[in-house]
Amino acid sequence: MKHKTFFWFFLPTGLAMLLFIVLPIVSVILQSVFVEHEAVLAVVENCGPFGCKQETTIDQSATEALRTARPLGQFAGLEIYFNRGHLATAEVSEAWRSRDGLGDFLSTINNLPFYRAMSFTLVYTFTVTPLLIVLGFAIAVGVNSLHRHLKGLVIFFSLLPMIVTPLIGSLILFWMIDSRGILGSALQWMADDPTLSLKASTGLTWVMLIVYGVWHSAPFAFVVFYAGLQTLPKDTLESAMIDGASRWQQIRYVVIPHLMPLLTFVALIQLMDNFRVLEPIVGFSAEAHATSLSWIIFNDLAGETRLLSSAAATSVLTIIGVSILLSPVLVRTWRDFHSKAE
Amino acid sequence: MSSKATQQPFYLRVIVYAFVGFWLVLAAFPFLWTFWGSFKVELDFFSIADWTNALTGERTQQVHGSSFTGDGYEGAWVKEEFWRAVLNTFIVCFFVVTISLTFGTLGGYALSRSGHSYTFWLLIAALIARAMPQITLVSGYLLPFFEWNLWGYLPTSIIVLVAINQPFTLWMLHSFFQKIPKDLDESAKVDGCTQFQAFRFAIIPVMWPGVITTGLFSFLLAYNDFAVTTMLLNKENQTMVPKIASFLGTTQTEGNVMFAVAAVVSATAPLFILVMFFQRQIVSGLTAGAVKG
Repeated sequence: MKHKTFFWFFLPTGLAMLLFIVLPIVSVILQSVFVEHEAVLAVVENCGPFGCKQETTIDQSATEALRTARPLGQFAGLEIYFNRGHLATAEVSEAWRSRDGLGDFLSTINNLPFYRAMSFTLVYTFTVTPLLIVLGFAIAVGVNSLHRHLKGLVIFFSLLPMIVTPLIGSLILFWMIDSRGILGSALQWMADDPTLSLKASTGLTWVMLIVYGVWHSAPFAFVVFYAGLQTLPKDTLESAMIDGASRWQQIRYVVIPHLMPLLTFVALIQLMDNFRVLEPIVGFSAEAHATSLSWIIFNDLAGETRLLSSAAATSVLTIIGVSILLSPVLVRTWRDFHSKAE
Repeated sequence: MSSKATQQPFYLRVIVYAFVGFWLVLAAFPFLWTFWGSFKVELDFFSIADWTNALTGERTQQVHGSSFTGDGYEGAWVKEEFWRAVLNTFIVCFFVVTISLTFGTLGGYALSRSGHSYTFWLLIAALIARAMPQITLVSGYLLPFFEWNLWGYLPTSIIVLVAINQPFTLWMLHSFFQKIPKDLDESAKVDGCTQFQAFRFAIIPVMWPGVITTGLFSFLLAYNDFAVTTMLLNKENQTMVPKIASFLGTTQTEGNVMFAVAAVVSATAPLFILVMFFQRQIVSGLTAGAVKG
């Protein structure tokens, strides 16, 4: 295909991505180095029956004028990145100096909003992803050995947790684990503790969110692995059987190597998706115990006064996080590409 | 696989059935439970006294004289005007699917037919774009949209969702187009067609299975979106998901939780129907990217 033809075919999609994915990233970076204008203060002398008083008031019209003239705000450099709401360099070094053992240092750090969100995001991403892969694989192997009339039905119900809107899925589970809901009361009965509430404890809230994450994404892994099992080379399996491989050995040495490329794919997609976890935290109202990077941005943007610069700085940090997460894949792809080209 | 050698011993069969059965309950029960409970009053659905009330609807019977009530639905759809959100959702979904398929088929076709090395880099760029959390992009939109008075309207959200959708659509359609033999449009070009005519007359007639599958996923993305629609739409233009989210913030008084439950069930119903009719396409779509990569 000629360059020119390619250009015209690719123009609409390229333009859409440029305008609404690349430019917003530029906009986020710009916004993160500016702070909102401070209100313009005016000193007014107020004279009443009891003498004159000097009062400082906000000059609304002047503030407004300044804001329309320079909507980005004042240039602040990297100041926002290092303040308490983000990297909190001053607080971290202070905590390091006055530390009382490593545990104490970590717990101080964990009280800073950015690090708190970071720790949950990482724990969530790196526990949910392997767990859902294992569960998805187990379901795929199980379903594959079912009678074929049953398969369709099982696949139908298995798809539901993944297809349903994340916010809705988490709400449905949230209502069930409410202390008055069915799972909540079942847990109270099992633990023999009528005051047990999953929402009140940080540890249990994390477990709850992780369980939700696995529930929501396991079907994806299941479907991909199930499709992979359909293309399993039968003769390899048969020769393994003739050589006396046990069922477990067949899975370990024939099935898993065959599914390996799919596993990389599932892991990549799920790492990306789990890193941006947001809806479950909103749905479970879990923000008191667990916040994620996406949730901090969401919270900054959703408030009465939208904290655009603060949200932008967190966004940039999140994007850096995503790139670190993606870098092994990108490096590998780049190498593959070059070895192919040679 | 029905030969004697591959048959499972009895105990293994029991384990497999038990495990799959357990997973089925895990996957389906929450939906059935919530559906059943949405026809009850709050004191039954969230029962302090006895959990079986949620099944039998004891309090519902006392209040309404029958163990089922449509009060939650009436409250959500009529009082809280949920129908408006439903309408908005379908407008957004319709346009997002149409526009992203139009852009995506053109782009995906070009990517699959051009042998130049930049196609590879474009696909990698799309993969990186796919990894961007939507909320970071949203925080980039807000200021310009406020400045240019674009905030709050349905078309703005539609075009943003289309753009966010593009990387995924491109990847999927790219792999579908690669499965269509190149000879098809090459021979059309030999017969004197331009590239676009070859696309129009040789490719479009055979591309529908791939396009339908991709369309399903575009629909799901638009339908399930939370970050973009919550942040970029004003109250009148809200779609279902932000509407449900707003039920939670404002209405914690008695009865109104049931509005949210009814709204949640209403919003899940179309997805149920979708899976029922398009199960095969969804499964093939999920694996399309995987088999290639």
